[in-house]
Amino acid sequence: MIVDLNSKKHTKKLTEVTVRFAGDSGDGMQLTGSQFSDTTAAVGNDLSTLPDYPAEIRAPLGTLYGVSGFQLHFSSNDIHTPGDRPDVLVAMNPAALKKNISELKKGGIIIVNTDSFDARNLKLAHYESNPLEDDSLKGYESYPVPITSLTIKALEGSKLSVKEVTRSKNFFALGLMYWLYNRPLENTISWIKDKFKNKADLADANLKALKAGYNFGEITELFETRYEVDKAKLPAGTYRSISGNEATALGFLAASVKSKLPLFLGSYPITPASDILQFLSTYKNFGVKTFQAEDEIAGITSAIGASFAGSLALTTTSGPGLALKTEAMGLAVMTELPLVIVNVQRGGPSTGLPTKTEQADLLQAVYGRNGEAPIPVIAASTPSDCFNMAFEASRIAVKFMTPVILLTDGYLANGSEPWRIPHANEIPDFPVNFRTDSEGFHPYLRDENLSRPWTKPGTPGLEHRIGGLEKANITGNVSYDPENHDLMVRLRQQKINNIANDIPELSVDGEQQGEVLVLGWGGTYGSIKEAVMHVRNRGHKVSQAHFRYINPFPKNTSEVLKKFNKILVPEINLGQLSKILKSEFLAPVVSFNKVRGLPLRTSDIEDKILELLGEKK
Amino acid sequence: MEEKVKTQLKFTAKDFASDQEVRWCPGCGDYSILAQVQRSFPDIIEKEKEKVVWISGIGCSSRFPYYMNTYGFHSIHGRAPAIATGVKVANPELSVWVATGDGDLLSIGGNHFIHACRRNIDLKVLLFNNKIYGLTKGQYSPTSEVGKKTKTSPYGSIDYPFNPISVALGSDSTFIARTIDTNPKHMQTIIKRAADHKGFAFIEIFQNCVIFNDGAFDSYSDKSVRDENLLFLEHNQPMLFGAKKDKGLKLVGTKPVVININEPGNSVNDVLVHNEFDDSPVLSMILSHLSDSPNMPVPIGVFRQIMKTTYDEAVANQIAEVKKIKGEGDLEKLLFAGSTWEVN
Repeated sequence: MIVDLNSKKHTKKLTEVTVRFAGDSGDGMQLTGSQFSDTTAAVGNDLSTLPDYPAEIRAPLGTLYGVSGFQLHFSSNDIHTPGDRPDVLVAMNPAALKKNISELKKGGIIIVNTDSFDARNLKLAHYESNPLEDDSLKGYESYPVPITSLTIKALEGSKLSVKEVTRSKNFFALGLMYWLYNRPLENTISWIKDKFKNKADLADANLKALKAGYNFGEITELFETRYEVDKAKLPAGTYRSISGNEATALGFLAASVKSKLPLFLGSYPITPASDILQFLSTYKNFGVKTFQAEDEIAGITSAIGASFAGSLALTTTSGPGLALKTEAMGLAVMTELPLVIVNVQRGGPSTGLPTKTEQADLLQAVYGRNGEAPIPVIAASTPSDCFNMAFEASRIAVKFMTPVILLTDGYLANGSEPWRIPHANEIPDFPVNFRTDSEGFHPYLRDENLSRPWTKPGTPGLEHRIGGLEKANITGNVSYDPENHDLMVRLRQQKINNIANDIPELSVDGEQQGEVLVLGWGGTYGSIKEAVMHVRNRGHKVSQAHFRYINPFPKNTSEVLKKFNKILVPEINLGQLSKILKSEFLAPVVSFNKVRGLPLRTSDIEDKILELLGEKK
Repeated sequence: MEEKVKTQLKFTAKDFASDQEVRWCPGCGDYSILAQVQRSFPDIIEKEKEKVVWISGIGCSSRFPYYMNTYGFHSIHGRAPAIATGVKVANPELSVWVATGDGDLLSIGGNHFIHACRRNIDLKVLLFNNKIYGLTKGQYSPTSEVGKKTKTSPYGSIDYPFNPISVALGSDSTFIARTIDTNPKHMQTIIKRAADHKGFAFIEIFQNCVIFNDGAFDSYSDKSVRDENLLFLEHNQPMLFGAKKDKGLKLVGTKPVVININEPGNSVNDVLVHNEFDDSPVLSMILSHLSDSPNMPVPIGVFRQIMKTTYDEAVANQIAEVKKIKGEGDLEKLLFAGSTWEVN
């Protein structure tokens, strides 16, 4: 423990902390969490976030199902997940406490807004007695703070109504947390000034509440210790904090610039994919055309039209939307046009858990179409990896004249992490050759990759017709010939298989062969990585590999699988990748599945690995 | 030199015919539509034939693009307007045409149709309306009349039909017209008018299905009765019809009535004068429902044409506007935007 010269209180150094802000869905917890994250990123910690909010925009106040949470894991070390269990819980009301207390680490810190613990809210949260007054918080370090009344007091004389003043209480809580973890206020101060530049009264109130919260930490006798987490040792470079959806949008924009293709997005808003449409619609000065269609089907079909016309065309959606786009995906397969389909997976089936994460659309992505309709499927593994994979999806689509499905998920989409920003000149160009020569032209003539020529309408002498009916090889005329159909089915499949020659091999972290390989795909990368690290730190030999390319699989997949005695496949579904691996490679996989609408817990994976190794934790 | 002169010559109908064998049933009204399109196009497309794109969904009508020697896209059921939207927005220089049927456009594609209308995307939509499902072999369609006996309505259809003109009017299409497969000259005029319109153009074409709904339009298109029962709409002209042009349409309140202008007390001055460019859609809406009442004529021609910025234009304008304010996009700047920090 060291003594901070600026403060009379003790400062304790920590290497990592997980904080969860929880409150009513109108309490601004997402905002509070993201401000804390931005400031934490700016002071140089590594971090990972997990916003977790209800599907209802404003569920009735004080109810259990209206609780909105934001978890943040930050560290002076390299980290990969938003943390299994929080060290600190900020609970703005009884419902938030009730819903989150079981997740809190033993001995963890609880900061509660005591003002909200009235009879009505306690009843709404189904508390029989006030947990602040009985023994239920025993075993935790709890700090009762009258956040609402302190905020009202701090804003005495404000022109705002009591309701508006009360709304600033999240900034009071944020200020207090900034004090507790030694974070500067500057980032949030400049954010407030910018955000409320036309609402001086609101800006003033929020700034005062923020500072009041900070000063409260300093003055009150409640806290004797504050904490400090040093900068993380990240690779050198310029960083920003980025969410998966923002990274996806930027990846497509980069692909548009690097291919010199105009970008067209046909999309229909759906949680949690809407942000990508929202981000891209702000990039109009890059010539980006965003078309908010009347439905999911118009989203994808307008994109198919734009692709036919020569644009880098995308459609973005989430599970149920992908189902609606199915028929049109088959059309894109048949017409062999480049198209990227982004599926930000969420809990299913049907409307499922709209705001929660899942990875249960894998089989839909790989197989879910009528006929033999192979589509490459790739998946991002971290929020910032969404940038790379959006770029990759575009590159593959254009090079192989095919629709490509990019899978991300709700956790990647809304979660954020520090991203070492690539310079524009470090991002490779990818060439696009539109066919313009009419000499020897046929719409279904193929190149060495088996890709057909991309010919823009408007090109003289190359007028031709495409469509969903089976095409005669080379000429592209409609054909019902049985032998031709068999040939075309095989050609389309072979073209997709050829992509395996164009993607990186599967790399194995740790020993290249041995007892246990933990093999995952998509957004579970961080949880698996941390679990494997923990087990290795205990002296065990465990290896990890992660699929970013799923259809086709990397060329060496079979080879890798053969080198391990046991292959553990953790997934947020009931074993979809396992099923594919079993059928494609007859691999002896052991599935580990939890489908809770949340990222996999590192500790759960860890236990499973230890069990496979024959050791109980 | 000769070659150059030749390329500058006007196209002929043949230039728009592809090498594919046309496979509609003998006697199908689609042949007439194909012929009128091919005959009209040399006047519409004077050069750069490569800028023409025909897009279709599914149905007999939707085989149309294969028979046109232009760029073409035969897609999936009902989605032609959405695909065409993508094509036109991606490249506004293209002349984008949609061939569709009553099932394709108004049933499975109804949603895309109304939204293409309201957005005023510069597309030309030709609805081949034969009031029946042809390609799926004779089930009732969204324009079939109540009581229609078909394979799926053996006791008579109980669906009320869509009125395509009023749907288009209600969805604010900026050009709305109707023509008929048995009147080639009229159809050509209407196709050219649609081509000249800057914005979304909708043409309903009464098209006879000889196999499953033969004679559906006979009561007003057959030679023996058509003069009596078709009302040819012409801008600035009184709405007269009948072999002797002695019958006229008069408005009593909002109710249309037919008068004989030669009868005492009546005059041609009592007859409604058609104004295609009327700001208000009310009269066009009344006209679209005219034949709901017995003994009323069926209007043919341009119901309404108004001018509005098109969607594709608005997209381009907005991009230009944002570029003016923000400057041409710079990837490096965008990547490094917002709050960043350095790690050494």
